[in-house]
Order: sequence, then C-alpha cells, then structure tokens
Amino acid sequence: MWRLHRSSSLGKLQLMASPLEIEEVSFDYGGPDVFQNFSMTIAEQGQCLLLGPSGSGKSTLVNLVCGFLKPRSGFIRIAGELISSGSEPQRDAVRRRHLAIIFQSLRLVSALSVLGNLQLAARLAGRSVSRAEVSALLEELDIVDKASAKPHQLSQGQAQRAAIARALIVKPDLLLADEPTSALDDANAERVANLFRQMTKDHGTSLLVATHDARLRTHFSTVLDLNGGER
Amino acid sequence: MIRIVLAFLGQNRLSTTLNLVLLAIPVAMLVLLVQFTRQSEERFLEGAEGIDLVVGAKGSPLQLILSSVYHLDRPTGNIPLTELERLRANPMVASAIPLALGDQFDGYRIVGSEPALLDLYDARLAQGQVFEHSLEAVFGADVARETGATIGQKFIGSHGLAEDSGEAGHTATPFEVVGILAPTGKPIDRLIVTSVESVWDVHSIAHVDHEYEEDHADENDHADHDEHAHDAAEHDLELEITAILVGYRNPAAAVRLPPSINRGTNLQAASPARESTRLLGLFDPAIKGIVALAVLLAFAGALAVFVSLWSAMRSREPDLALLRVMGASRRDIFLTVLLEGLLCSGLAAILGVAAAHTILWIGAQLWQVLETAGISAWNLGMAEAIIFLATILVGTLAALLPALRVSRSHLASILQRN
Repeated sequence: MWRLHRSSSLGKLQLMASPLEIEEVSFDYGGPDVFQNFSMTIAEQGQCLLLGPSGSGKSTLVNLVCGFLKPRSGFIRIAGELISSGSEPQRDAVRRRHLAIIFQSLRLVSALSVLGNLQLAARLAGRSVSRAEVSALLEELDIVDKASAKPHQLSQGQAQRAAIARALIVKPDLLLADEPTSALDDANAERVANLFRQMTKDHGTSLLVATHDARLRTHFSTVLDLNGGER
Repeated sequence: MIRIVLAFLGQNRLSTTLNLVLLAIPVAMLVLLVQFTRQSEERFLEGAEGIDLVVGAKGSPLQLILSSVYHLDRPTGNIPLTELERLRANPMVASAIPLALGDQFDGYRIVGSEPALLDLYDARLAQGQVFEHSLEAVFGADVARETGATIGQKFIGSHGLAEDSGEAGHTATPFEVVGILAPTGKPIDRLIVTSVESVWDVHSIAHVDHEYEEDHADENDHADHDEHAHDAAEHDLELEITAILVGYRNPAAAVRLPPSINRGTNLQAASPARESTRLLGLFDPAIKGIVALAVLLAFAGALAVFVSLWSAMRSREPDLALLRVMGASRRDIFLTVLLEGLLCSGLAAILGVAAAHTILWIGAQLWQVLETAGISAWNLGMAEAIIFLATILVGTLAALLPALRVSRSHLASILQRN
C-alpha cells in the first residue's frame, strides 16, 4: 500500500500514503451488516466512482470515510492517517488536513459570499490563501465575477463550481463528492463530471464520487459498483 | 469565527434587529433609572452638606428642609430674630445662618441671609463682590445665566415665592446686582442672596441698621439714623426670619440639640440627613417597581434571544453541518452559537446604554428641570458596568442551550436529511 515517491520539486525522498485506504471494514446500524470486510484503495491522483442505488450503503460509506461514523472493525486511512478510530477531535483534524467534501445540496455556507466561503474553508484547514490565489481558482472555474455573490444569488451550475473551488482551495489529498449530478440533466451532468475530473487532475487531487447516477459510469476508469463489484 | 457569526447575524437582519431592540429597551430603562436615582440622590445630599440642623416654625419637618435647604417648598412660617441670637449663644452650635424668604425675581427666590451662606455652599464669586449694604444682591450661577444679569443692574423683587404668584413688585426698593457666583451644582445656583436687612427693608419692616450704627458710632447721633433705622416698637412689629441653618460644634449636639428645641420651644428642628433619607425612601417602592419591570423586560428580551437562536439553529443546521464537514470541531460550533448570543446581547447593551444617555442628553436640552436636578447625560458609573455585564451574561446564557443542542447533534443524520 505504501510506496516510495520522489518529490520533483524538492528532490527529497518522501514516503507517500494512498489518499484513501479502506481495509476490511465492517459496519452495521445495530441490524444486518451494511458492510462486511469491505476494502478499497484510491491511488494518488486516482479517480473512482462509487456507484449504487439508494440504500446500497453509499451514504454510509461516505460518512465512514468522513469519520462521521466509526466502523465496527477494519481501518480507514486518509493520506495515511486513521480516520476510522480515535477521538472526535482527532478525526476532525484528519478531515481538516486531508479531505474536502461536496454534498448534493450542502455546497456553501449560505450566510457567506463565495469568497467568504473559500476563505473560511482555507482558514479551517489551517491554510492561508491570498486574494490572488482565490481569484485564480475562481477564474479557472469561470465564476470570478461571482466572488462577492451569496449562494442564493448563484445558479445551480455556479453553486456547483463555487463548491468545487471551496473544496480545492484547501488542497486536499482526496475530494469526496456525494451525488454531484443527481439533480442535473444529461448535458449538465456530463459537464459537471468532466469538471470534477479535470479540476482534480489539474490540482493533483484524488477524487471519489459516490452516486446512484449511472450516467457517470462512462467518465471513470475505476468504478466500484456497490451492487455488482468492481469494474 | 467572528466573521461567520456576523454573517449569520446579518443573514437574519429583522430578527437580529428585533432581538437587539427587545434587549436594549430594558437596558435603557435600567440605566435611566440608575442615573436618575443616583444623580438626584447625590445632588440632594450634596445640597445639604454642612447643614446639620434646620430650625424654623412648627410644621412639617420635610417642608422645612425642602424650603430652607433645597428651596423647593413653601416655608412653614417665620420665627423671631431673637432665636438666632439664642442659638448662637448655645455652646453646642458652631454656626447659625439666618434665612429670610418671601420674595422672588423672575421665579428665582431672593434669600435674605449672611455672606456665610455662600461659604456654606462653597460658592465663590465669578464676578463682582459679596453684598455689604442693604438692597445689594449676589446672583447664583443659574439665575445669572437665565436672566442675563450683569453687575450693576437693578432689579425689582416681587412678593411671593413663585413667578406667577401675581404679587406686585417692590418698585420702591430695587435691588442692585453686586456679585455673580460661579456654578456649584448646589441649590445656591438658583438663588439670589442678599442681606436679611434687605428683605426687611423691602417689606418696610423697621430695624436697626447695625452696620450703619457701627459706622456712625463715633458721631453718637442716633437721631440722624439712616432712614431704615426706626424703632421696631414704633411699628409694633417684631423682627422675624424664616429659618436658621445650624452647624453642630460636636457630635453630641446631634443627640441633645434637636429634642431640646422641639420640646422646649415653639420652634421646630429638623435634620436634613434624616428628612432627605425619608424623602428618598418615599420613592423606594416606585423605584423597586420600575426595576422589577425592567428586569422582567430583560428576561423577556433574553427569552426572545433564546427562542430566536433556537429556531435559527434549526434553519442553520445545514450551514453548521457544512462547517463541521469543512473541519470545524464541535467546540467551534458551540462557540459560534455562544458568540452569537454574546454579540447580540453585547450590542443590545451598548445600544441600551447609548439610548439612555442620549435620552438624558435630549431631556436635559428640553427640560431645564433635569439640569436643575443635576442630571448629567455623561455621568457613567459602576452600576452601568454591572447592567452591561449582566445583559451580556443573560444573552450568553440564552444562547447556551441552542449552542449545546447544535454542537451535540449527530452530523451523519443531518447530512442524510440534507
């Protein structure tokens, strides 16, 4: 799982961990197992689609990866750090350091502008970002003119882009997107899927998309179908 | 964190404003009440400083104090001048200053007394000099300001103590302004002080002009006395004054002198300290009632903050959940909500204190009586600091339950709902 990685910029040898490792995880809500000895890994800068219908355990897996739920057994590591055990503050810290999450409806803090959301995300992640850095990212996502806009003033697509900016500004090891396209038509779903893939690729971030939207299957080389196994 | 809290407050401007107003109103009420009671109490007690006892005609002791010390009520009557000499001869008395009341000018009382009255109120001259001869007068600072009087001006006093008493002026005996006092913040600011002899002269009460008598003693010619110097008996009038302000020589006098006057003479002795306390005590139930009402309003305001925050937390759950997703800890969320309550109550406290002082300032501009009562808009005290801190505490406590609730909520279930 661990591999030796040469940092091109520093020329030093560094030990790099996978952005996401799920190892023999079992989980239940007090009834039948939702997961039993479930394992998966995402390689550095890898892009994976977690596909499954409602009730297949997607949301449970998202919550496990985020550290909001604890597995009965097994381990989940984000960038080599355990998020499946430890105290809540410890799990909060792992999430803060390595993970960015975009939910279907929870995209931005409604009281803050787009710029305010990005600055808050960076501050919570312990990163200081310049106005120029924020502007460049918004420019890249074609919403630089919406920096001062509040979330309710954005269109669906603009809000999606702003959420991606909010996620990428913290330079996460893994971007987790939960149902990013389920409310969109085909054309927009394709646009969003491409945007996610392109942006994470450009920023060197790994991507895990959890969805029931089978239209996305064609956009990912690695698809984990919670009903039908791995492709 | 403060930015996100301000953003949350700004998001619900209407409810935030209503909460601020609901909390600010009782704060303003309490501050106004504290200011009024404290400042008027201080002013009241200051006015009686140095006066241990007031001796006057029998009647209400409170009326005697109000008329002789604060110059607010009608005198209880007159007393013979001989009582002044008798008191001065008493070994328990350090000072005895006579007061002769009865006239006014432009609504301001003309007080016949001695220069010692000015010393009693720590008054110093801003202009001119102290009265030396009959019909010379010294104006208190407020009187001079309001009437625009200048040194050397003549004025005519009218009988009666109120401006609208309807009494004719003593046109034959005009006074002359010889001095103007600097402001003291005491009752003397509103008085016109002259000699007791001036008051007698204005009322054509015959007396022996002692000053004149001393000046002309060497001439030994009493037949050529000043025109004021007539024989009192000739007119069958006994010389009278209104009251005597007494200073004790020693603490024992406080125990022995008042009863000896009250029981052994036709006079009345009243203690300003005791009567002031009694008077202020009369307002106690009303003050307590208003305080209770203000406290009740403060709790109603706090309840409004609580209800508002409680319902806001429900609608803000997704935002707070997103903050958690972005890496904020439960403690951060708890502090965010608590800070909202604290900011809200802090702003309300500032607003309330500022509103109270603005009301006082406007009031002092509009109503002279406030200024006269010594109410100053910019007199901050410890009580305000206590009201300020108590408001913040109440507001923060109101935010405590919503903060606990939202910080303890289960993130996974909120995310599933959204």
